Amino acid sequence: MLKIWVLRHIQVSLASLGRLVRLPLSTLMTSAVIGIALALPTGMHVALDHLQAISGGWDGAATISLFLKQDVEAKAAERLTEKLQAKSNIAEVEFISREAALEEFRQLSGFGEALDALNSNPLPALLVIKPTTEQSDPLSTQQLIDELEQLSEADLVQLDMQWVRRFHALTEIAQRGVFVLASLLGLAVLLIIGNTIRLEIQNRHAEIEISKLIGATDAFIRRPFLYAGFWYGLFGGVIACLMVNLSILTLDDPVGQLASLYHSSFSLSIVDLQTVTVLLTGSSLLGLLGSWISVGRHLSTIEPS
Amino acid sequence: MINFDNVSKRYPGGHDGLSNVSFHIKPAEMVFLTGHSGAGKSTLLKLIGLLERATRGQVLVGGRNLTQLPNRKIPYHRREVGMIFQDHRLLNDRTVFDNVALPLVVAGMGHKEVGRRVRAALDKVGLLNKEKSAPITLSGGEQQRVGIARAVVSKPPLVLADEPTGNLDPALSKEIMTLFENFNQVGVTLLIATHDIELISRMNRRILTLDKGQLSHDGLKHTW
Ligand SMILES: Nc1ncnc2c1ncn2[C@@H]1O[C@H](COP(=O)(O)OP(=O)(O)OP(=O)(O)O)[C@@H](O)[C@H]1O
Ligand SMILES: [Mg+2]
Repeated sequence: MLKIWVLRHIQVSLASLGRLVRLPLSTLMTSAVIGIALALPTGMHVALDHLQAISGGWDGAATISLFLKQDVEAKAAERLTEKLQAKSNIAEVEFISREAALEEFRQLSGFGEALDALNSNPLPALLVIKPTTEQSDPLSTQQLIDELEQLSEADLVQLDMQWVRRFHALTEIAQRGVFVLASLLGLAVLLIIGNTIRLEIQNRHAEIEISKLIGATDAFIRRPFLYAGFWYGLFGGVIACLMVNLSILTLDDPVGQLASLYHSSFSLSIVDLQTVTVLLTGSSLLGLLGSWISVGRHLSTIEPS
Repeated sequence: MINFDNVSKRYPGGHDGLSNVSFHIKPAEMVFLTGHSGAGKSTLLKLIGLLERATRGQVLVGGRNLTQLPNRKIPYHRREVGMIFQDHRLLNDRTVFDNVALPLVVAGMGHKEVGRRVRAALDKVGLLNKEKSAPITLSGGEQQRVGIARAVVSKPPLVLADEPTGNLDPALSKEIMTLFENFNQVGVTLLIATHDIELISRMNRRILTLDKGQLSHDGLKHTW
């Protein structure tokens, strides 16, 4: 019984696929419109992914300065350096002694004379800590800072590059933007498919009427239209995927050249499998939903007389 | 098989299609329905096929009370009532075979059984050699026979026909009526609406006559 049911569904889905294939031009046009609408947010999502990949590569962008208490001996400071160096979330630790700090300050600030007038060194010793690349996101960085603040030797812990945080915040906003855009264009896809199915229902008015006359259930009449919506959505998704990949391939060369000017080996990669899966599933479901709404609204208006 | 009990049908706008009609048709009867244009013949048939619902009274078909039948059960009711129309109502973008197969496909019948039954039905109406033709390439009489094959292919116990010979010459009309008599002989109940008094008066069957929506006569002879 179930087998027959599944077989029927396969038959109907192939039949509605056949209908679409027999009108290649109009099918292609509808799918292309859907594809363009879907390609826009997909492309932006991929671009954001790339931006985040670049920003992830900015190792050392976020360094943490750990100022030691005045009474920490140089020996203890070195031991601490080694201890921190061994931690898995830290890539590099540089120890700057009080003397070294004073020397650096003397050279860079131009207050040499004034410092000479002091009889003791007012500067604390300092550890400059670079988190590992994997742990450089805002949350992990904050966790590391909290951890460092717990150390008995620590006087003050400071995150240097605030703008990394700002960059992350910006990409987050951009991500929201892409989400909003995707929702709006998803709605557009819904309307496109709904309208296409509405026209299809009008074209097959006689067939629907006669089918009802001889005892077709609503589910039976609905089915081919739902499958048509599904196919439109799927085709649109495939077209969107092709368009985004084509754009990436077109842009890859110039982007590579630009990157090489900055001594970076950065290059574009085509849409990943996860994005493709989400795109195709989403577009098919949108197609199904669009035709479902359309069929629900327009099929009941056709009654035999 | 069919039971009308004080049935009235008022169309939206206040026009009465039928008023207070009562009659009973037994299984395996062959009954003609006649009356002037606008008398309510089509309306009566539509109530039986649930293309319209009665405003008052009760319609029973095959023991089923149509007044209380919910909309979602209408398709299953229609599968047990074969309907034939003056304008055939065939799908012109499908072959004769596909047109006749439609009721079986709609009911979910398997492929092989469909082929067997469709050919049997086409054979009965003498169109077996036309199964691959498009309906518009056939003559009016042939198209009507395709419509008849479609109505009987699923072997419904009841067949309704609304002016099935309306556009046909007397010889073809006679042929169609002979077909109906054949179906009746194997136990199918038939209700046939027609203007063609001459034709039915020679057939010696029960005749229901409608006049302005009311049943004016019920018997072997017509009265208008
Ligand atoms: N959908 C409708 N809306 C309003 N009035 C209708 C409708 N259908 C039929 N009528 C009216 O109901 C009455 C009966 O119509 P019906 O079609 O049943 O007559 P008929 O006997 O079949 O006529 P004919 O021989 O011309 O086919 C007519 O007066 C007609 O105008
Ligand atoms: Mg009529």
